[in-house]
Amino acid sequence: MNLLGKLSWSSIPFDQPIIMGTGAFVVLAIVAILSWVTLKGYVPYLWREWITSVDHKRVGVMYFLLALVMLLRGFADAIMMRAQQTVAAGGAQGYLPPEHFDQIFSAHGTIMIFFVAMPLVIGLMNFVLPLQLGVRDVAFPTLNSVSFWLTASGVLLINVSLVIGEFAKTGWIAYPPLSELQFSPGVGVDYYLWSLQISGVGTLLTGINFVTTILKLRAPGMGYMRMPVFCWTSLAANLLIVAAFPVLTATLAMLLLDRYLGFHFFTVDGQGNAMMYVNLFWVWGHPEVYILILPAFGVFSEVVATFSGKPLFGYRSMVAATMAICVLSFLVWLHHFFTMGASADVNGFFGVMTMIIAVPTGVKVFNWLFTMYGGRVRFTVPVLWSLGFMVTFVIGGMTGVLMAVPPADFQLHNSLFLVAHFHNVIIGGVVFGAMAGYNYWFPKVFGFKLDERWGRASFWCWLIGFYVAFMPLYVLGLMGMTRRMQHYDNPAWQPWLIAAAIGALIILGGIVCQIVQLVVSIRDRELLRVSGDPWNGRTLEWSTASPPPAWNFAVLPHVAERDTYWVRKQRASAQQDEPVTQQQYEPVEMPRNSAVGVVNAFFAVVAGFALIWHIWWMAGLGLFGTFLTILIFAFRDEDEIEVPAAQVAQFDRVHEAEVAI
Amino acid sequence: MNVTVAIDAGETPPSASEAGPAPKRIVVAYGFWIFLLSDIVMFSALFAAYTVLRHATAGGPTGAELFNQGRVAIETACLLASSYTCGLMTLAVNSRRRLGTYVGALLTFALGAAFLTLEIREFADMIAQGASPQRSAFLSAFFTLVGCHGLHVAAGLIWLVVMMAQVATKGFRAPVLRRLQCFSLFWHALDIIWVGLFTVVYLMGVAS
Amino acid sequence: MTTERYDRAPGDRSLLADEEEATSSGLLIYSIGMVLAVVLTAASFWVANTPLLWAPGIPLGLAVLAIAQMGVHVVFFLHITTGPDNTNNVLALAFGVLIVLLVIAGSLVIMANLNGSMMPPAELMDMQMKY
Repeated sequence: MNLLGKLSWSSIPFDQPIIMGTGAFVVLAIVAILSWVTLKGYVPYLWREWITSVDHKRVGVMYFLLALVMLLRGFADAIMMRAQQTVAAGGAQGYLPPEHFDQIFSAHGTIMIFFVAMPLVIGLMNFVLPLQLGVRDVAFPTLNSVSFWLTASGVLLINVSLVIGEFAKTGWIAYPPLSELQFSPGVGVDYYLWSLQISGVGTLLTGINFVTTILKLRAPGMGYMRMPVFCWTSLAANLLIVAAFPVLTATLAMLLLDRYLGFHFFTVDGQGNAMMYVNLFWVWGHPEVYILILPAFGVFSEVVATFSGKPLFGYRSMVAATMAICVLSFLVWLHHFFTMGASADVNGFFGVMTMIIAVPTGVKVFNWLFTMYGGRVRFTVPVLWSLGFMVTFVIGGMTGVLMAVPPADFQLHNSLFLVAHFHNVIIGGVVFGAMAGYNYWFPKVFGFKLDERWGRASFWCWLIGFYVAFMPLYVLGLMGMTRRMQHYDNPAWQPWLIAAAIGALIILGGIVCQIVQLVVSIRDRELLRVSGDPWNGRTLEWSTASPPPAWNFAVLPHVAERDTYWVRKQRASAQQDEPVTQQQYEPVEMPRNSAVGVVNAFFAVVAGFALIWHIWWMAGLGLFGTFLTILIFAFRDEDEIEVPAAQVAQFDRVHEAEVAI
Repeated sequence: MNVTVAIDAGETPPSASEAGPAPKRIVVAYGFWIFLLSDIVMFSALFAAYTVLRHATAGGPTGAELFNQGRVAIETACLLASSYTCGLMTLAVNSRRRLGTYVGALLTFALGAAFLTLEIREFADMIAQGASPQRSAFLSAFFTLVGCHGLHVAAGLIWLVVMMAQVATKGFRAPVLRRLQCFSLFWHALDIIWVGLFTVVYLMGVAS
Repeated sequence: MTTERYDRAPGDRSLLADEEEATSSGLLIYSIGMVLAVVLTAASFWVANTPLLWAPGIPLGLAVLAIAQMGVHVVFFLHITTGPDNTNNVLALAFGVLIVLLVIAGSLVIMANLNGSMMPPAELMDMQMKY
């Protein structure tokens, strides 16, 4: 019996210089960083304050950081594809053979959706939700840590696939029969499947955590209609996570059973039905894009209201629109496969539903515009991102409604028009929203602002770069170019692809500006220091220190209206320095740190890697390890630590002294 | 400026949504409820696959040829009875009666194990006859749907044993009570799913 | 802070503190639920096997009985009621049921439609034979 399953030295692609070069670089970077951290003595600090932390603020930062790092890999994939398509015209084959190119576009999609966009929005929600709700943490803090580390496990597996083995060549959606064992006998699809199954568990647990937090853990007095709109959009997004991710889990599990145990769900023989995979995948896939965009909508609502100095226009209609989008997102999924052969009635129904779902989004756009109208708008970097979003997302939405017409979609399905559309809405919506949120909440997280100049530069590079990169793709789609082409014959396409590559380089400039922004801001952090409320905010997170203490609020705030912090400030300034009533400080119970998240994830990686390579004994060990970890955790006696009242009081005193200056 | 205000002790909040953070018991049970709903959605995807593939027998055996209603009836009785004994266990837990808790748990475990044994026997018999999940899409879907439920039952049994170990070592402490509450939600939900399963898979499969 | 009169955990039986409940009323609820479930189960088996019912109606009858039994479980074993303290629990359940219906019914309709557009197996065989 082969102890290492399918794994052998030939699994490492020594003959592919690009991969080997990248792999060597990454390994060296990791070793360098780990050495530096160890030699500087930071390991105990990192273990205690970050790795085993169950504080939502820490977990949120880790999610966001993970996403930004993976953005670099996903973007590198994009640059490689643009470069390939720029040169591979006429008879030219470019520098990427098809087997490699196919893995790149598959990895690009998988990474960007699951390991960039999802962690970006989950990271923001993690940090902000408890603070906006006026409570100390999410409903299940330890589960939060478990969720993050499971996502990190998925990231690790997909990164290992670069140097050990291969990745899927099927595209990020992995349709059978191509993804079945018969046509993808290698480990690539298995890397895809296990990476997503493991991180999918983490995401589902996050959904459960946040739904419970928003519905059951709000400050006293904060009824549903007094919650910030970001909390409403997060509620809708997390309800969608809870409702949609189980379908993905089941679908990928069925494909795994086909591949590992010879089942016939989607195979060509045995009367399997590959179309059913497509159907079930998109039952998950469409709600997924709303999971990504709804929190971004929430960010824009907060940013626009704050920097217009006005309450958000049409709060009730915003809430109604959000919940309408939540339900409607489960009624449109067939528009992803209009061309698969359903009858005109069925296609028509889903076409109409897809158009209808654009309406609540339109309501939101109007509300944001009406919020700004008549306000004194401060054009800070978050506002720039919001304005960029409003124009860009509307264009992307319109092209979506265009493709909602089945006859039009028959021409445009799987063309570059489609590619341009979804990048239009995801970059214009999710990425711009994440960048707005990043610039908006960074001072709250770290206590100092990000550099404005480099922030503006990054915004303009992203905005201009996006248009230069993707508008040509609309044209190419209309000219007939399909997606995922490793080379092409039509020379008329090449100038547009060159333009698109230039756009990608401009976006690269934007990313570089963001890296510089971060470095410069850290370097100049004393100059950029801020108080708890740098933007004259409206919601409760701005009432805390920057960064907030572990317990968020010394005493949970009592909420009596919407935009409660803003109202308090107005009242306080109107009452002219009334003496503050002496605060009664009580000891605060906080959840204890735990290593269960990181240890469980370690075993998950072991199990996942082993299953991919058919190393059955190791898989068994890994699974048993996860079980044992949870079991040991379940017998933990002390759940909480008590923060003494004196410490809470001391922090408050220092914070108030800072604010008074 | 300090804008946090302590709650007045005597104030009654005007409505449920304004009552502040819920007690931990409710938070945990509600979170588990949401998890159960997500699990039911996962089952619904498997159900959907089964109902789509129920005629895809690829020339192999059909449900009507394979399913033994007598056995299914006994399995159903076992699982239903185990739900009842789980309810009895819950009553014992609520009254903090240790012996009642252990007895209820033991009965629940026994009935659940009986269910699983019968189901494993059924699978083994089918495979021995050549009706393995590799035979056809219908059989793949059958084994996956029913097998997934069986895996959940097995996980529940392991959980029950761990819970009894916790009762024995920690007594009826608050976290233990919360977990027992979650277990009983889980166990009853499994029976609800079984109702759907035996109706759609076995009864409709035989009747059509 | 909250008292339990505003909110109930799923699975909690009543508004009274746990220790105050009389065990007998709890037993009664579980027992009634058990009896009802047994009756409905037996009825399902009978419906599936009897020659007395019109055949095309049998799946519908089975579905109704299954839904009724699920309801019995939800009310008698899980203690989900329509009281104001149970609103969140009921709403969550309703949302879950909606998604389940959309997934199953939607998939059935779509797959039936797609399968109906597929080439009949005989023609497919012909095409395969030709090569």
